[in-house]
Amino acid sequence: MTNPTGWKPSMEQDARPGPGLDGAPGAGGATRGLVHEEQLLFERGSTGRCGVSLPKVPPGQEPKDLPKELVREGVDGLPEISELEVIRHFTRISSWNHGIDTGFYPLGSCTMKYNPKSSEALARLPGFANVHPLAPAELCQGALELMWHLERALSEIAGLDATALSPAAGAHGELCGLMVIRAHHESKGNPRRRVLLPDTAHGTNPASAALNGYEVQQLASNPDGRLHPEAVRAAMTEDVAAIMLTNPNTLGIFETHIREIADIVHAKGGLVYADGANMNALLGVARPGDMGVDVIQYNLHKTFATPHGGGGPGSGPVAVKASLAPFLPLPVVVKEGDAYRLVTDPRERPRSVGRLREFWGNFAMFVRAWALIREYGPEGVAQTGKLAVLNANYVRARLAGTFNLPYETDSLHEVVFDDKLQKANGVTTMDVAKRLIDHGFHPPTIYFPLVVAGALMIEPTETESKETLDRFVAAMQAIAEEAKADPDALHAAPTRPFRARLDETRAARKPVLRWRPGMKVE
Amino acid sequence: MEIPEDLRYTREHEWARTKGTRIVVGITDFAQDQLGDVVYVELPDVGDPVKKGESFGVVESTKAVSELFAPISGKVVEVNDPLSDAPESINEDPYEEGWMIAIEPSDPKELDALLDAKAYRAFVEEQE
Amino acid sequence: MRYHPHTPEDVRAMLDAVGAKSLDDLFRSIPEPLRLKRPVDVPPALDEIALFAELGRLAARNDVSHPPFAGAGCYPHHVPPAVDQLLLRGEFFTAYTPYQPEVSQGTLQALFEWQTFVCLLTGLDVSNASMYDGATATAEAALMATRVTGRKQLVVSAALHPEYRKVLATYLRSTHDELAVVPFGADGRIDLAALEKAVGPDTACVIVGWPNFLGVVEPLPEIARIAKRAGALTVTATAEAVSLGLLQAPGALGADVAVGTFQSFGNPMSFGGPAPGFFATREANVRQMPGRICGATLDKHGRRGFVLTLSTREQHIRREKATSNICTNSGLCALAATIHLALLGRAGLAQLARLNHARARLLRAAMERAGCPPVFSGPFFNEQVFDVGDAEAVVARLAKRGLVAGAPLARWYPEHPKAKGALLCVATELHGEELIDLFARSVRA
Repeated sequence: MTNPTGWKPSMEQDARPGPGLDGAPGAGGATRGLVHEEQLLFERGSTGRCGVSLPKVPPGQEPKDLPKELVREGVDGLPEISELEVIRHFTRISSWNHGIDTGFYPLGSCTMKYNPKSSEALARLPGFANVHPLAPAELCQGALELMWHLERALSEIAGLDATALSPAAGAHGELCGLMVIRAHHESKGNPRRRVLLPDTAHGTNPASAALNGYEVQQLASNPDGRLHPEAVRAAMTEDVAAIMLTNPNTLGIFETHIREIADIVHAKGGLVYADGANMNALLGVARPGDMGVDVIQYNLHKTFATPHGGGGPGSGPVAVKASLAPFLPLPVVVKEGDAYRLVTDPRERPRSVGRLREFWGNFAMFVRAWALIREYGPEGVAQTGKLAVLNANYVRARLAGTFNLPYETDSLHEVVFDDKLQKANGVTTMDVAKRLIDHGFHPPTIYFPLVVAGALMIEPTETESKETLDRFVAAMQAIAEEAKADPDALHAAPTRPFRARLDETRAARKPVLRWRPGMKVE
Repeated sequence: MEIPEDLRYTREHEWARTKGTRIVVGITDFAQDQLGDVVYVELPDVGDPVKKGESFGVVESTKAVSELFAPISGKVVEVNDPLSDAPESINEDPYEEGWMIAIEPSDPKELDALLDAKAYRAFVEEQE
Repeated sequence: MRYHPHTPEDVRAMLDAVGAKSLDDLFRSIPEPLRLKRPVDVPPALDEIALFAELGRLAARNDVSHPPFAGAGCYPHHVPPAVDQLLLRGEFFTAYTPYQPEVSQGTLQALFEWQTFVCLLTGLDVSNASMYDGATATAEAALMATRVTGRKQLVVSAALHPEYRKVLATYLRSTHDELAVVPFGADGRIDLAALEKAVGPDTACVIVGWPNFLGVVEPLPEIARIAKRAGALTVTATAEAVSLGLLQAPGALGADVAVGTFQSFGNPMSFGGPAPGFFATREANVRQMPGRICGATLDKHGRRGFVLTLSTREQHIRREKATSNICTNSGLCALAATIHLALLGRAGLAQLARLNHARARLLRAAMERAGCPPVFSGPFFNEQVFDVGDAEAVVARLAKRGLVAGAPLARWYPEHPKAKGALLCVATELHGEELIDLFARSVRA
């Protein structure tokens, strides 16, 4: 028998709770009880099995008309597995994951709120799932109507005038927004050269700017965690195409000077781009368009709870001021009388930046987002923003003193602590994060934003109850105590999940990125 | 932390060793410690020109990328090729096995502007 | 609101802990003039029953009573229910990007399996964890080719998916790389003589469809030879991935990069998105690849596990020098494709691909009987262009019967001499003999 995973019964020791964790708050989830080892699909040896039921290829209809050298008999290496074995394989490996449905997931900047099951059911209605993107308009009026309503709602919530739905994710939205900005400047005769970014920016911001051919100039934020008008004034020239701001920023702090900063940028002909990753804080409370923002991208997978899916798909609609609407990518949905239509022909929108992806956007995510907005209604939208901010401030109040707060400034939807108090005992943010796993919680975002050494960035979202937050706080307090009493135990965390700390150095030095026939993967 | 007496140093934590007419270059013990496990190194080709203070390659850990800066101008005459398969040498033996490139300097006097061991030690202590 | 667990007592207690008097107090850092003084103007809240009625109304306004005969980059295929049952496991669909590997081994192992499937189907060495879609994957492949070769010219076939070409052009607006388009001949295949002329010492890559937008299978070995002679990479873009079960792997025929979408595996059409873009290349280019990559390693007890690796290429570390700005990709769609491919396996995929080809030949015979000959003579997989007289008129007429007839080629190739009559049609395992006959008769009725 082969045992490619290297599992030995003696390792069961490690699956037991670490010291002091019996009855720990939040304990449970996928890390306790019977956990199965599971091979790779490709490591199964059987031949002749199949997990699908398909019509037979009629005799005499074998492909003879294709050039022989362009055809293959079959794809070597593909597994041969029955349906039940496939089901078990994925069910088992799924149990090695922590998801929002498993437990609290306070990953800062990612807005891990509950993903409504209604939205899943609705997106799967055949009338949505089985529409072809090139269906004639009369056969897809429902899809177009939904997109039209969503476009209106997203424009309204952002306080802007028009929204392009097609960008596929947040970073794609950033790329789109900057393309629109570039097209605007080009229409004035000069695309300009630089984009200003505060030092708290997400990594996608500089990468998106560079992909757009812009140089990046980083601005230092003040000791209060905010970008101050003086820094912008000093950097702002007629060579600057735009400033990219996240508001609230990645410290969870509102950029109070946004209006003045926008005025400074506008005075020199520049534009204000807001990274909408943190829109959850402002929902129904304040609107970027009212603050002088010209362009913002949404992340529907954050703010409107379309599932993160283990890394996507996202959806990154881009909202703009009316003056920028002609530059938006195609398609756009228009309403003519009672009928809806997609504008895809650049002759109708000659100033459009063009197409950003195939077809019309991640439509299945539009269905989910629209379903949630319909369920929220105006009060629900506002209540979402308020409760998200309440939850973050509650965690902040309860943990202040136990963990160091590098910025005392007011927090909105997320709060950033650091490991300054724990470092005295040699315990780092990484140790705290890994021990949280043993308590049944997903760790916060760590080591980001870069302006905070050892950052722990906590975003609870509004869908978490006070009891859950209390359990999380208790776990964090227990870890802080453990850091004093037994720092070595923390370095060994996590002890409860299916795998202990993984050797990332080994993975990067000798990359093994796929299975090959006859290969032992380790 | 090891800082050999016979080498010269940059403020970006490269070291330079005179070997005949060549200058051998690597990164210091302090630098490798700050980086953590080195997983990849990208070096120039033999014959490439390098310029004092400018980047000649990168060194990567799992979570960071750092540029390498030439301590002296000249031409690359030898590259430590085994590093591409064994980047861990940079962690294990930064001053010998972990050397990176050898430069034929265009102006050997540029070396005089670099820090000596004592000055580099003071600089590092200040950094910490 | 069922998603907000806070009772009035909870809110009170939490505000007390925070030291705030009201929820509005929490927003004191937002200057008064910047606050919204009215409710946002969205429709009133719906309960779940009303919600299903309203979205059900919208869904019912889309006619999906027949599988479409349009493919053109988005394909109607049967998705076994087992796929969706597994996708709906909350452990998968409510997880984030696997930054914490100890609690993400499920996602990570599935990604490793996805990468393996992509490599096996494309015949290339390495794959990433997915892209947004086929079009952006193609644009990223072109950008990677410019980095790898240090060259600025991109040569694309006119028969590459027009939407992929348009997206590529959009991405190139600010990089100022040059785009040269090579025409196709009467057989629907790339004009090799024109290709030979178009490539030169500044060509970074040649990009062709595999199969191309016209449904035609390109002479890939010859294309790759021409590209290689000029020191350029060969990139194939595959929109209909089922074809890879019958057609030779692009990597085996000389392609250096294979991109496209695996929508055909496990992902419904959903009006064109989302779908899992894929990206595969040769080992030598791995550090120039865009996007996340999953790799195998060991945990500290020596047990196999998986992590995201080679992350220094990415935006969160290398920022403006990253190989791409992509962060969120199409993880769940890639999982759907992985599950479907696991169910299909070697025999199932071969059967599905041959069945698609057989159905396309049935369609060809039926269309010929109906007086609609194929426009291009080159070899095909499951899509073909037929001369139906007036393609837009046919599409409009069949729409009245609830049929999506195909993609009129004139929308993308208005200058082509046969554009007016040219209709691009697909036949898959969903198009049975009766439906094909009905369709062919309706086209000329």
